[in-house]
Amino acid sequence: MSIPTTNHTEKIGNANKRKYLLEKVSSKVFLICALLSVFTLLLIIGFVFYKGAHPFVAGGYSFVDFLLGTDWVPSEDKFGILPMIIASIYATIGALIIGVPIGLFTAIFLAEIASKRAAKIISPAIQLLAGIPSVLYGVFGLAIIVPFLQNTLGLVKGQSLIAVILVLAIMMLPTIVTVAETAIRAVPKTYREGSLALGVSQIGTIFRVVVPAAKSGILTAIVLGLGRAIGETMAVILVAGNSLIVPTSLTDSIRPLTTNIALEMGYAAGTHQEMLFATGIVLFSFILILNFVLARISAKGGN
Amino acid sequence: MSIIKIVKFGLLTLSVLAVLSACTTDDKNNSQASSSNGDTIAISGSTSVGPLAEKLAHKYGEQENTNIEINQIGSSAGITNAISGVSEIGMSSRDLKEEEKAQLNEVVIAYDGIVVATHPTNKVKDLTLEQVKQIFTGEVTNWKEFGGDDMEIVVVSREDGSGSRDAFQEIVDYSSGDLIKNAIIASGNGNIKTTVANNKHAVGFISFEYIDDSISTIDINGVEATADNVLEQKYKLSRPFLFVHKDGQLSQAGQKFIDFILSEDGQAIAKEAGAIPIK
Repeated sequence: MSIPTTNHTEKIGNANKRKYLLEKVSSKVFLICALLSVFTLLLIIGFVFYKGAHPFVAGGYSFVDFLLGTDWVPSEDKFGILPMIIASIYATIGALIIGVPIGLFTAIFLAEIASKRAAKIISPAIQLLAGIPSVLYGVFGLAIIVPFLQNTLGLVKGQSLIAVILVLAIMMLPTIVTVAETAIRAVPKTYREGSLALGVSQIGTIFRVVVPAAKSGILTAIVLGLGRAIGETMAVILVAGNSLIVPTSLTDSIRPLTTNIALEMGYAAGTHQEMLFATGIVLFSFILILNFVLARISAKGGN
Repeated sequence: MSIIKIVKFGLLTLSVLAVLSACTTDDKNNSQASSSNGDTIAISGSTSVGPLAEKLAHKYGEQENTNIEINQIGSSAGITNAISGVSEIGMSSRDLKEEEKAQLNEVVIAYDGIVVATHPTNKVKDLTLEQVKQIFTGEVTNWKEFGGDDMEIVVVSREDGSGSRDAFQEIVDYSSGDLIKNAIIASGNGNIKTTVANNKHAVGFISFEYIDDSISTIDINGVEATADNVLEQKYKLSRPFLFVHKDGQLSQAGQKFIDFILSEDGQAIAKEAGAIPIK
């Protein structure tokens, strides 16, 4: 009798040992996975900064001239990206002006006003919009928006700032709508009930009570949309025209930072290539600033 | 305890990295081994030479058991790849620069003509090289100056660094800095053709291979853009198509492929593809 009992306890002991080992190993595996993404991030940052900083550190180029120069002629050793910085900023702000109201109203409609059936149709449609590959937005822009602008506004060329703005505004919609909708839905029901009980109309309740309560979530939605717009490349490259001018009107064709990199990387070599990485640093700085803003918004939202 | 943990973890990551790096070196060895066996020829470079190389590779593949991989990534990138050994052969649609010539051997596989293209409705059909220059440098900005309708000229160019653009600018004789600032910049021949075909104001330049009914071609100095005129050196806008490779890097299979291209069969295919054969 005694022999089987020891066997039995041994078995349990072994099983426990195996369990703990498995536990330990799997926690390490998860840790490695988590570190892998951090490692990748560091690798990318390191690579881009190493390549991009090289001409300024070793090549004797001035970083200020790079930022403020208006001429970009790589074959003549002129590297100035001011037109592209301005183009990126204009395009993003323009897309925000169109995209934010539409996105916000859509989110309010879905969360507060729409019947369940309507929301069931519209919500998946908007999520599907987010899944469309960006190059298809570009093709759509090139085939529909560009000729439309050319014909209706009588432009000599449809590839323009306004075309970029329209495409980006459509592209940022899903991000804004989904994040803002979640934020609005998270506002406690008691807020609405209190407001309605005091005799405020439904629209009044939405704009005076619900939207202010969901403020930080809505701001997050806007910043995320902004990030999407400023980093978008493939759609923009097809409708921007990529001219190297500081845009002065909505009908000028522009070259944002992203398309400068994508357009010329294939043919670039030496300093030209490093300058494209430097363009990447500037773009990366924009995204970093956005992320800091985002972190501050969420920190405030927590309070 | 925590120090031991850190050490343990450090060893773990090291071993993972070691395994990963081992994988990558293995890959390299494999690809080199297979290319020296004559199974695979890696070719990369110009988007202008690309379509022709694809056709040649397709025909060659029918008679030889050789796998030819072609990447159309642009002349400069192709040349860089040939120098660094990433590709066995690089394709270029521009002449090599001095420092590139020092490291590579070049073989002219065909010639190409560049054609100035406009919208089919454009009435301007004939320009001199000087007039082409005036258009692309922005000296003339209206088609009526050259006998066309009274409408603005929209210039479409390739991006800086493109072989087609380098060749075009060299022949027409203007530099990248002179290009009219508000020119639309399109990447690739196909992109330029689409842009020009959809805009009645536009003018751009593309390889002969891309000519079709969607665009109208311009005669240069009264000479039509045809292969015969290029070979007789009457048509000015032409350039060589090059295969470049490093000394001693060319495998037997690569040499055989180049021999095939230079043979009568190969040159017939080049002619069929819209390029201009060397003889």
